[in-house]
Amino acid sequence: MDWSPLLISMKTAAAATIITFFLGICAAQKVMKVKGRFNWFLDGLFTLPLVLPPTVAGFFLLVLFGKHGPVGQLLSLMGIQIVFKWSATVIAAVVIAFPLMYRSAKAAFEQIDHNLIFAARTLGMPDIKIFWKINMPLALPGIISGGILAFARALGEFGATLMIAGNIPKVTQTIPVAIYMAVQGGRMDRAAVWVILIVLISFAVIFFMNYLPNRKKKYGAWEEKE
Amino acid sequence: MSLHVDITKKFKGFSLQVKFSTDKERLGLLGASGCGKSMTLKCIAGIEKPDEGSIILNDRVLFDSQKKIDLSPQQRKAGYLFQNYALFPNMTVEENIGCGLKGSKKDKKPRVDQMIELLHIKDLGKRYPMQLSGGQQQRVALARILAYEPDVLMFDEPFSALDAYLKENLQQELLMVLKECHKDIIIVSHNRDEIYGLCEKIAIINSGNLVLTGNTADIFQKPVKLAAARLTGCKNISSAKKVSEYEVEALEWGMVLKTEERVSEHTRYVGIRAHDIMPAEEITEENSTPCIPFRFTDSPFEKNIILSSNSGKLWWKISKAYWTNTLKEKIPEYIKLPKASLMLLE
Repeated sequence: MDWSPLLISMKTAAAATIITFFLGICAAQKVMKVKGRFNWFLDGLFTLPLVLPPTVAGFFLLVLFGKHGPVGQLLSLMGIQIVFKWSATVIAAVVIAFPLMYRSAKAAFEQIDHNLIFAARTLGMPDIKIFWKINMPLALPGIISGGILAFARALGEFGATLMIAGNIPKVTQTIPVAIYMAVQGGRMDRAAVWVILIVLISFAVIFFMNYLPNRKKKYGAWEEKE
Repeated sequence: MSLHVDITKKFKGFSLQVKFSTDKERLGLLGASGCGKSMTLKCIAGIEKPDEGSIILNDRVLFDSQKKIDLSPQQRKAGYLFQNYALFPNMTVEENIGCGLKGSKKDKKPRVDQMIELLHIKDLGKRYPMQLSGGQQQRVALARILAYEPDVLMFDEPFSALDAYLKENLQQELLMVLKECHKDIIIVSHNRDEIYGLCEKIAIINSGNLVLTGNTADIFQKPVKLAAARLTGCKNISSAKKVSEYEVEALEWGMVLKTEERVSEHTRYVGIRAHDIMPAEEITEENSTPCIPFRFTDSPFEKNIILSSNSGKLWWKISKAYWTNTLKEKIPEYIKLPKASLMLLE
């Protein structure tokens, strides 16, 4: 049996998680600073991939990154091709997983008591220090669970991946694509192996998610020290 | 050491307009909830931006709408004690106190220890805010602000989050600390007892406007303005009409009252504190009226007798001891409103 889909899926999900992790946090911070209608627009735009059918997101990506697309043309000038390459699986996973990370990070930042930030500012703490010493530690549980969700979603990405990265064994064939192809080819046994693997990974993700909120204990919420 | 504030800020259906100065004093801003007291503090701290005006602290311009100066909260050196204390839950007490200081942990230590000593929180240094009681949290928040050495200290309803039995002790402790620190201090509260106990001067704010400023004792004795009388706890207020130089008709009480103070053209209301009403033996006594009890309510150490009078009500508060020992638990036939206790209000 060819195990390359597992490796490709893991590599793709890991890369996509790292990228969405930073993008999501930056986007959440930016949107929270913007006021008025533009805020509403940005929030909608960043959430859109969550509600769109993945094939529609894939279609937009093809239009953008394809040979005649604006980004695709620019990249081909530099000798880079995206479509049907491994990088295409990452781009598809990033776009699809991004809203989960963005929304989790935004919710985590928003639930921080504004007075804490105001208090820090009246105490002369520079904004950058406030972000790292107060915003980030307090939002961390939410941000990490957003990262885990994003990883799980990236791992399961199918529609957009198929549209922009196709099904090239050992290059762009991820586990979900491999399952589809195995079923198509009547190889139910092979599909079952992948299915079991995905179920196991998903369980592990859920376990991590449930375990994480207990980290709050660190701040003495339920634990009496001494 | 002085603070000058003159700001206006408009909201939907409400505008804040305050102007006051302090000079190394403890100033109390007294007003009902939602009158703009906290907003005033936030404008001074730089959390909210006024529409117009200026804020000058020790000759430093913090805000000036004309000169387009608007310092960030970090540059203002204005300490703000939040109603919920706003301690950082992810930091220990020591880290909280040290967070406004510059330098490494070692550099901060002497100052942090000094504050811990000052506020008697020695055993709490390694704890997290969630492990502290309300009173302890308040001390830590105060230590954190004092460590930072701001030029002005502002307290937003400092005791509203505390249990009643803690309040009085903490109020005394706070007063001692504040007396030591020789800074401009502003305390915002809707509670007249807190303001009376803590501040030497008060400013009364009523729906966004500053109606009166002055010495605390003077204002409690002679509130002059209707809003001031209400906020300093005057229970009995009736609209009034001038009858003569020293006589006024209290319309809701149906009485013509003799006054000690000269009645001015601006007198619109007359008031008397619930404690100042006295029993009378005869109706012929000055400012007396038949005593018709309408309802009784009791608080632990006081008896409230609510009296019907013409179209209004009069609250009469007496101590339980007075009720049993002097009145022998019997309602007198008449009461009088001693003219020295009457307050003429605009």
